[in-house]
Amino acid sequence: MADVTGVLVIGQSSAGSLDSTAAELLAAGRSVAASLGEDLSVALLGDAVDAPAQQAIAHGADRVYAVTSPLLSEYQADLYLAAMDSLCREVNPRVVLISRTNEGRELAPRLAFRLGVGLAQDCLEVSVDEASKTLLANRPVYGGNAIAVVSCVQTPQIAAIRPKAYEATELDSSRQGQVVSFPVELDASQARVRVVETVREESEGVKLEEARVVVSGGRGLGGPEPFAGLEDLAKLLGGAVGASRAAVDSGWVPPSYQVGLTGKSITPDLYITVAISGASQHMAGCSGAKCIVAINKDADANIFKDARYGVVGDWQAVIPALTEAVRELMDS
Amino acid sequence: MSAFRIDEGAKRVVPPTSIPPVVNGFDENAVEAALRIKDAQEATVTVISTGSSFALDVMKKPLSMGADDLVLLQDDDFDNTIDSFQTAQLLAAAIRKLEGFDLIICGRQASDWDNAQVPLGVAEILGVSCVSLGKKVNVADGKAIVERIVPDGYQVVEAALPALVTVSNELGQPRYPTLRGIMAATRKRPTVWSKADLDLDDSQSEARVMLRQLFIPVSDQECEFVEGEDAADAGRQLALKLREAKII
Repeated sequence: MADVTGVLVIGQSSAGSLDSTAAELLAAGRSVAASLGEDLSVALLGDAVDAPAQQAIAHGADRVYAVTSPLLSEYQADLYLAAMDSLCREVNPRVVLISRTNEGRELAPRLAFRLGVGLAQDCLEVSVDEASKTLLANRPVYGGNAIAVVSCVQTPQIAAIRPKAYEATELDSSRQGQVVSFPVELDASQARVRVVETVREESEGVKLEEARVVVSGGRGLGGPEPFAGLEDLAKLLGGAVGASRAAVDSGWVPPSYQVGLTGKSITPDLYITVAISGASQHMAGCSGAKCIVAINKDADANIFKDARYGVVGDWQAVIPALTEAVRELMDS
Repeated sequence: MSAFRIDEGAKRVVPPTSIPPVVNGFDENAVEAALRIKDAQEATVTVISTGSSFALDVMKKPLSMGADDLVLLQDDDFDNTIDSFQTAQLLAAAIRKLEGFDLIICGRQASDWDNAQVPLGVAEILGVSCVSLGKKVNVADGKAIVERIVPDGYQVVEAALPALVTVSNELGQPRYPTLRGIMAATRKRPTVWSKADLDLDDSQSEARVMLRQLFIPVSDQECEFVEGEDAADAGRQLALKLREAKII
């Protein structure tokens, strides 16, 4: 087995293109690799990964492991896990970074257990103690009320990074890197979970995670109907509609609308919250928003602590007037 | 939230004395998922938890909701909740000690360290099928059929039993204990196992994760309150303010 060295990023790709989360991981991985004075590699899993491999190199990877098998053409946790396990045992990286995407949420802990090592879960930032080559990971705990700095004892030191915690570095197509073919032998019987049906129930229009403007509603809206008003405002601003967990749990909107610790992480330029109190679990999903605007009738609501602009007032009066004024401004 | 305090020296959250302990919310969803299966077919529901000490009346809540048995893994050494690896080893050892199982249901994560690792670790250690983030769980024909949440909707998946499924709040409200359930629960005694009762693999007892620091983040955000003659006018002023700041 190779000596312990280097940073290995597990990169996701889809439809022949590197995912934005992989580019973010490469940015995090570049800084960790530089502190360690070691190489940055990326593992790309699939049946053909040539195009994403070149993109990964342009985003900073020194080496790409093309982890290929016909059985990896679509994501299946058990098969992906088996492939990642083989690669880690062969390459022996010092640090492994995985994006805490929907897939990463299950892959990262299972990989750590399979390798018998620890995992720093849902990290906002990673750095290196250079003397001991230890990865230091900052992660929100207690629903975002506190930050813990944790480190892993064994190698590989694995960290799952929250999507959008890092910004991807600029693409530099002049960068050179090596592509190493790593075919894996997998058996279809290793897949113990089978997808029977996929049902989409996303909000229409712009995707919540990609929207530049997001308008979210909370418990204070009192029912599903007011979301139509938020929809109007979001549409005017070219944005998407989200919700707090309270609104989702009440059944007013589907779970795919939820912003927060156990929902989606969003980083819009403008985040308008309507009748959301701003529990830390909600704020955990929008801490990357550039400008938060809060509309809430309770002047003591937690949301105002994180907001750039606030209106203390009843949304039933504020939202129609705001929407109308925005419409006029957009028309003029 | 003023009750939230940290002892930075001890790297611990100071539990507020005014708030009684509760069962972790997602774990109540897990109990509810198990009871729904029991509502529909013959099943025995065993609830299992680990810690250094327990508030027994709180821990009995799942029994009063309708669960059959309660197993508590209690030992001074079981205090480490940040190292998911150790917690998963304990739970897996205890589950092996039980007389067989078909399905393990867990809450997606605990509301303290938000690690979301223990359930997946238990599945890995036991080598069973693993499905995360279920909002509906059924059992039929030797399979778990789960509706699991994905970012743009949900998937229906099938997993061969034995299996482990984690569930989330989307599963819906846990039922309230009935009076009859509460009476039955008072008569039930939990099975308590200490470290000595579990067949633990000593080679796996080394810590996996170290907590180096714990602190409360400070926000330097200053909120500018936008006012108007009334709430509607404040809404209009807000639009102007956002335009002025070139945000819209």
